[in-house]
Amino acid sequence: MYIYDAYDKQMLEDRITQFRDQTRRFLAGELSEEQFLPLRLQNGLYIQRLAPMLRVAIPYGCLSSVQLRKLASIARDYDKGYAHFSTRQNIQYNWPVLEQVPELLAELADVEMHAIQTSGNCIRNTTTDQFAGVAVGEIEDSRPWCEIIRQWSTFHPEFAYLPRKFKIAVCGTPNDQAATQVHDIGLYIKKNAEGEIGFQVLVGGGLGRTPVIGAQICDFLPWKHLLTYLDAIMRVYNRFGRRDNKYKARIKILVKAIGADAFREKVEAEWQHDKDGQATLTEEEVNRCKGFFADPDYEEHIDKDASVETHAGTDLLFSHWLERNVTNHKKPGYRIVTLCLKETGVATGDLTDGQMDFVANLADKFSFGEVRVTHVQNLVLTDVRLKDLYELFQACKQESLATPYVGLLNDMVCCPGGDFCSLANAKSIPIAESIQRRFEDFERQKNIGDITLNISGCMNACGHHHVGNIGILGVDKKGAEFYQVTLGGSADRQTAIGKVLGPSFAQEDMPDVIEKIIDVYLNNREDGENFLNTYKRIGIEPYKESVYASAD
Amino acid sequence: MPALIKDGTISENTWHLISKDTDLSEAIENRGNQIMVHISLWQEHKDELAASSKNIAVWLDSDDDAYDLASDVGDLPLIAVNFPVFKDGRSFSNAAILRQRMSFKGELRAIGDVLRDQMFYMKKCGINSFELSDAIDAEEALAAFTDFADNYQSTVEDPAPLFRRR
Repeated sequence: MYIYDAYDKQMLEDRITQFRDQTRRFLAGELSEEQFLPLRLQNGLYIQRLAPMLRVAIPYGCLSSVQLRKLASIARDYDKGYAHFSTRQNIQYNWPVLEQVPELLAELADVEMHAIQTSGNCIRNTTTDQFAGVAVGEIEDSRPWCEIIRQWSTFHPEFAYLPRKFKIAVCGTPNDQAATQVHDIGLYIKKNAEGEIGFQVLVGGGLGRTPVIGAQICDFLPWKHLLTYLDAIMRVYNRFGRRDNKYKARIKILVKAIGADAFREKVEAEWQHDKDGQATLTEEEVNRCKGFFADPDYEEHIDKDASVETHAGTDLLFSHWLERNVTNHKKPGYRIVTLCLKETGVATGDLTDGQMDFVANLADKFSFGEVRVTHVQNLVLTDVRLKDLYELFQACKQESLATPYVGLLNDMVCCPGGDFCSLANAKSIPIAESIQRRFEDFERQKNIGDITLNISGCMNACGHHHVGNIGILGVDKKGAEFYQVTLGGSADRQTAIGKVLGPSFAQEDMPDVIEKIIDVYLNNREDGENFLNTYKRIGIEPYKESVYASAD
Repeated sequence: MPALIKDGTISENTWHLISKDTDLSEAIENRGNQIMVHISLWQEHKDELAASSKNIAVWLDSDDDAYDLASDVGDLPLIAVNFPVFKDGRSFSNAAILRQRMSFKGELRAIGDVLRDQMFYMKKCGINSFELSDAIDAEEALAAFTDFADNYQSTVEDPAPLFRRR
């Protein structure tokens, strides 16, 4: 993991001092509500339905066990004993008291964490694939590049008052679990024929009110130009992005309005000035950052372990867990383990302080003291020895963290929705729970197979509903909460935006609706075909017919 | 006149801001000897303004393009960039363009809704004078320049990013 040096530490301390003073001036009436707003937002602090909400950055989803324990203690001391892992690999506290926030931030700084730029119209936390550095067939570990972008984007003086928020994702894995194409900037790491590293640059992707897949503006940007090119994109956006209407202020609207080619020309024109200038990355800096993400001390010659098969033969839940939650690792003898935070009856992505401490202990014992947070609201232990899998599984079971649902229907993504969020049009947590209850039987889920279901409580799409194979969007209809369903979305390398099925549904009908959709799939699928591929083959009509038939 | 901070000290503000809708004769009739005119008036009446007895500076609104001043920067002692509302961050880019792209060496002033908490970033973008609203205590605002000891990026003020210095 990246470790702060004196410069990083100083900057964080300066920020806390600054925010402490800003909070003091606000409480003393020297700063207006309106003036304090962007300042607190750029420190992760929202005023929510019930209380302030503080969003803490987990840079590109990487946490040490020490940091996770700190997050647990903050949940205990400043909150109600739990916190929520969000779809941006961040963590949110729902009940901190404004006056205590500067103190809370100081505690975070003790473990090199912060809430900087986790909200507001600025460059947000950069995200990546949770398997970065351990994935089989990885092109290049994205973490050092994310760290380089983190530093460049932190307190960037020119881009702190953008037209709207700005999100960057970097992906160096073959599968893309970072939803790269629906980010304001999506960067795919590539290698050219000479084996040199570069980036395919996409701009103008995003979800929200207007879902758009990013447009390529550069096929191969040599690595050393990364920051100068990003500066050029940001400057074009900062100058020309719309500011008259917040719903049309994201970069995607600008790229659509002038076209990707015209946007590229503007970027290139701006870039020519700074290309090869001082912000050009050096080999020394890249190597410095890469040094923090070197492989841990993997053991050799532990490729095989009979105990796994033995236990799988006698423990059915373990064999399910192996199948769904355990992924192959680049290093023989090691596995990537996903802890599914989707226990039925628990708000998606929520974890108690005790569970956080528990996972921190697991990380220390089984995975070199590191944990990853995924954008689908799960946690990952990246480096577990084959021979430790059963012991880890049994430990997880005791804390309700062994749910063997990864990639199945109940592993759904869900925003906090109307229960917590002041932007929401509708609740989302009860919808998730009612569907989870309906499909709780594991064999049934297993029979349905790989599928993604995403729920957002409003158009802002924190639950990424547009890119779920099944998407659910909460809408407000004359004061009542209704739910619109989309089908066919996906967030991988073949990203697609889901299509609206038809008129929306009442909350109580949702489990039936989802069940009907699933039945259409099961009745139509051909050998080995997953939900998405069946949908692609048969189109939306059969689903419409089935779901709306009984309403006539 | 609003309070002014220039080059890190509280200074006398001698420039008169001429609003956007002012025409040439009105602008020249201003009793001040130093006037800041909007770029549109400047572009339309450059010669007349130059021929007047006034010292002329130009101000850019946030939706104006700093590149439009490319041929003028050598002649202007002061260029001001306006922040119509503090949330409008376009003038950060205009400021940086004036310094980086056009090598403007004169006084670069932030006007409009300038917040104390933005002054550190403004300075990094090359702004060296700040017109403050009455609500801001200029003495206290001076502290803004030391909000941070350093920054990661390549900026107008420090072209070498931190990674070339650490």
